[in-house]
Amino acid sequence: MHEWALAEAILTSARQVAEQEKLKKVTDITIRVGELQQVEPQILRFALAQMKTGLFENAKFHIRKAKSTLKCRVCATTWQFSLKNLDKATAEAIHFVPEVAHTYIKCPTCGSPDFEIVSGRGVWLEDIRGAKAD
Amino acid sequence: MIDPRYSIINQRLEKIRRIIAVSSGKGGVGKSMVSTALALSLANEGFRVGLFDLDFTGPSTHIILGIPKNVQPREEKGIVPPIVYGLEYMSLVYYVGDNPAPMRGGDVSNALIELLSVTQWGALDFLVIDMPPGIGDAVLDLMRLVQRIEYLIVTTPSLLAFEVVKKQVALLCELKMPILGIIENMKMSKSDAIAKETIMLGIKYLGEVPFDAQVEASIGNPEKLMATALGSAMPQIKKALIDRGNPNVS
Repeated sequence: MHEWALAEAILTSARQVAEQEKLKKVTDITIRVGELQQVEPQILRFALAQMKTGLFENAKFHIRKAKSTLKCRVCATTWQFSLKNLDKATAEAIHFVPEVAHTYIKCPTCGSPDFEIVSGRGVWLEDIRGAKAD
Repeated sequence: MIDPRYSIINQRLEKIRRIIAVSSGKGGVGKSMVSTALALSLANEGFRVGLFDLDFTGPSTHIILGIPKNVQPREEKGIVPPIVYGLEYMSLVYYVGDNPAPMRGGDVSNALIELLSVTQWGALDFLVIDMPPGIGDAVLDLMRLVQRIEYLIVTTPSLLAFEVVKKQVALLCELKMPILGIIENMKMSKSDAIAKETIMLGIKYLGEVPFDAQVEASIGNPEKLMATALGSAMPQIKKALIDRGNPNVS
């Protein structure tokens, strides 16, 4: 349940933002999850719901998926990450540490493992909304 | 957009009393051997110890320990490192196996932040970190993210190694990072040049480890490793480390 650790990080980070912004309660949290890390939105949502107390008691979580774009540094080919052709163990390794994609994925044009993860890597806190203290 | 992983890193490490980074500006000086022997030696003394291999592109502590390939971390609200030879052991090899991990600096940073933010270490007396050589991304990231790291520096008697180590010491001193001392590894002659230079830098000389061909022969067998000259040198290093953590020892 790797998603629990990520959920805990999201709430810790959201709490810091809420304190900076002097929010007395948080109503909405928007989270962006990159395709490369293959985070299960349902598990993440469940973990967040289990952990939300105090400031987040009535918060709604909006989880948005982001496509993962990879770009070859050798030949500049750009392509989308896909689970197709990856076995379960490889997909799981990338789930835990997305950068190990460099071990298992090659540029579809030139075969290089030297590519940039342009977008859709992992989990991001995109937006927090709430009510300010009086 | 905020990367939430940064906010949790120090919380993940809060049950660890001391974090020791075994480091060197130069490669090939025996950091991984020293890290492994130090971790085993502390564990043999009854301390709760973790070993974290941060040399992502050239990990080797799993080979020194002879960890079977079927050993894997457990998933429980994150990643729980398995216990190997009494050590909580974490490495990227769980996810890349024997394959190369060709990562650039930004990828190394991201992988490091990921593992720091999801690894659920237990209550440890010491976490020993086997650092990659140099003063690149992983070293700079650790300095930035985990301020309470203490550095144990490894050199060889070679002037080439020590000249690079001096640069690392200068950086750590400039950034006011605590340095436990310098170990002179694989010593083959009686020269005291490194000891004198170390003292001139204002750094503690933790002693020498004589070159011992049995260290190479011990790879994959921790008991054999601890019976080598490297294993025999651990008590003096361990003492310096424990004394530093003891407020009654000046």
